[in-house]
Amino acid sequence: MILVYTESEEGKIKKIALEAVSYAKGIADQMGTTVTAVSINADDTAELGKYGASKVLEVSDDKLKKFNGEAYADVIGQAAKNEDAKVIVLSSSANSKFLSPTLAVNLEAGFVPNVFSLPESTSPFKVKHNVFTNKAFASTEIKTDIKIIGLGKNTYGLKENETAATSEAFSPNLDAHDFDMEIVSVDKATDKVTIADAEIVVSGGRGLKGPENWGMIEDLAATLGAATACSKPVSDMDWRPHSEHVGQTGKPVAANLYIAIGISGAIQHLAGINASKVKVVINNDPEAPFFKAADYGIVGDAFEIVPKLTEKLKEFKAQNA
Amino acid sequence: MKILVCISHVPDTTSKINFTDGDTKFDTNGVQFVINPNDEFGLTRAMWFKEKQGATVHVINVGGPETEPTLRKALAIGADEAIRINTPATDGFSVAKQLANVAKEGAYDLIIGGRESIDYNGGMVPGMLAKLIGANFVNTCIGLEVEGDKATAIREIDGGKETLKTSLPLVVGGQKGIVEESDLRIPNMRGIMQARKKPLNVKEPVEANSETNTVSFEKPAPKGSIKLVDNVDELISLLHNEAKVI
Ligand SMILES: Cc1cc2nc3c(=O)[nH]c(=O)nc-3n(C[C@H](O)[C@H](O)[C@H](O)COP(=O)(O)OP(=O)(O)OC[C@H]3O[C@@H](n4cnc5c(N)ncnc54)[C@H](O)[C@@H]3O)c2cc1C
Ligand SMILES: Nc1ncnc2c1ncn2[C@@H]1O[C@H](COP(=O)(O)O)[C@@H](O)[C@H]1O
Repeated sequence: MILVYTESEEGKIKKIALEAVSYAKGIADQMGTTVTAVSINADDTAELGKYGASKVLEVSDDKLKKFNGEAYADVIGQAAKNEDAKVIVLSSSANSKFLSPTLAVNLEAGFVPNVFSLPESTSPFKVKHNVFTNKAFASTEIKTDIKIIGLGKNTYGLKENETAATSEAFSPNLDAHDFDMEIVSVDKATDKVTIADAEIVVSGGRGLKGPENWGMIEDLAATLGAATACSKPVSDMDWRPHSEHVGQTGKPVAANLYIAIGISGAIQHLAGINASKVKVVINNDPEAPFFKAADYGIVGDAFEIVPKLTEKLKEFKAQNA
Repeated sequence: MKILVCISHVPDTTSKINFTDGDTKFDTNGVQFVINPNDEFGLTRAMWFKEKQGATVHVINVGGPETEPTLRKALAIGADEAIRINTPATDGFSVAKQLANVAKEGAYDLIIGGRESIDYNGGMVPGMLAKLIGANFVNTCIGLEVEGDKATAIREIDGGKETLKTSLPLVVGGQKGIVEESDLRIPNMRGIMQARKKPLNVKEPVEANSETNTVSFEKPAPKGSIKLVDNVDELISLLHNEAKVI
């Protein structure tokens, strides 16, 4: 049995959870078994069957309203034991990355993160994953009885696989130790697309000269329903918040479309965004290294091109709506 | 307060990544090694605790003799003592086990590691270590204060941040934000001289199994060439019709 943790936010199953279910179903087919999903405080899990889950364990507990690594790892671990899971699939959200090592120790399970494709073989169990911040791949064997896979975002995609899913309530045993950590406040912009969830990311670099010029980046992002990001020096100079810094030492970006504006394309920047499927560069220096890494490019002044692009995209959206 | 900072010894971010021995080993030829950037932010925060709150700071690495210059650099930045566990780092779990042994013996109050190493990107050693020694754990830590045996930590979450209260012993996975880029220290001459005299203790490993085994590496296929366009209409059309991303 393959267990998949299907994350939700405000009760709503996240898209990365559906991707994780699609992937889990892929492994289940390879191994001739089925997929069980475990969800915590989700309002409606019906959608999970559509991507291949045949059973859903629904946990609802007010104590688990806010994410807590220790407690969530316990819930998933207990579900895994009850269901005799051999493989556990997790996504690459900040929360899943937080709890995976705890879960791995609890279950004495080997863990491999940043996996991007179905196992090359299931016996021995071998998976491919990104290493050196996307500068290379590795093929790794997991030797333990139970295996944990962290699925890289936007790698496997959504694959529909209509399955008749049953759901049942699951009540894990939680003790005081699970709650040694108290969350005092959460500070989250709810009106903005996050880099982690975004399909499109619009990113600005030092070429934009100063924070006062970010209006056009925000406009372009809003038009595309995209998240905004920036290069490291831009966040170091406080033009933009740290949370927008992407690259090898910042956040990784695995979007469908990454648009780099006034960014030179230093190796550390490219490493972090390379997992994006389509890359566009807008830069006035034709020698900028980004032109070697992108799929599409325009050589020219961002201050002229970006507003024009936004305007034309608005027209395009209106026509294609 | 006793602090242990876990230092991963990694190729400099500008390194070209190549493999040898039939693509089974990382090729260290011509590669400059540095303190893992996430760990450097954590180490700098530890120096702040040393200076402001009188903490003692030890640094530790699990690795062969080749990692000693990296540990010396941490000493030059200001750590009091370094420990090297003399065994190659084979996988995250076995490294965490080695660290757990020293962490328990040394009764550290606070252990600072990085969110991830930039080489194998495991993102697992600090979390595993915390669980193995029964300490609390905060990942992607971008702010940390300690008072008595209580800690307040800020952690980055997708789309924002969260403030947590917890107690020591605590393990954190740190990153930029736990201190700012401008707080990082370049070792000065005096630091480098002092570092030569500071203890660097080599310990033999304990028995620790690895749970995973990397069998081979591969480099991504070279990228096809870029399509340059000279107006935004053409770009929109390509993104829509060819790339199908809008
Ligand atoms: C240890 C380490 C880790 C690092 N990690 C990261 C990381 O995670 N992420 C990261 O981004 N960087 C990282 N860096 C920094 C990296 O090396 C580069 O310095 C950085 O990415 C450059 O940012 P930039 O492209 O915005 O600025 P620049 O290199 O200054 O490039 C600005 C670009 O804008 C173009 N430009 C100027 N005016 C215009 C205009 N009017 N219209 C269009 N284009 C214009 C220029 O031609 C130029 O190409 C790291 C560095 C180190 C040493
Ligand atoms: N060999 C090692 N020796 C000491 N600390 C390590 C070692 N490997 C990883 N760490 C610590 O664990 C963090 C996360 O590493 P990883 O799980 O490998 O991504 C690093 O930032 C270090 O703080």
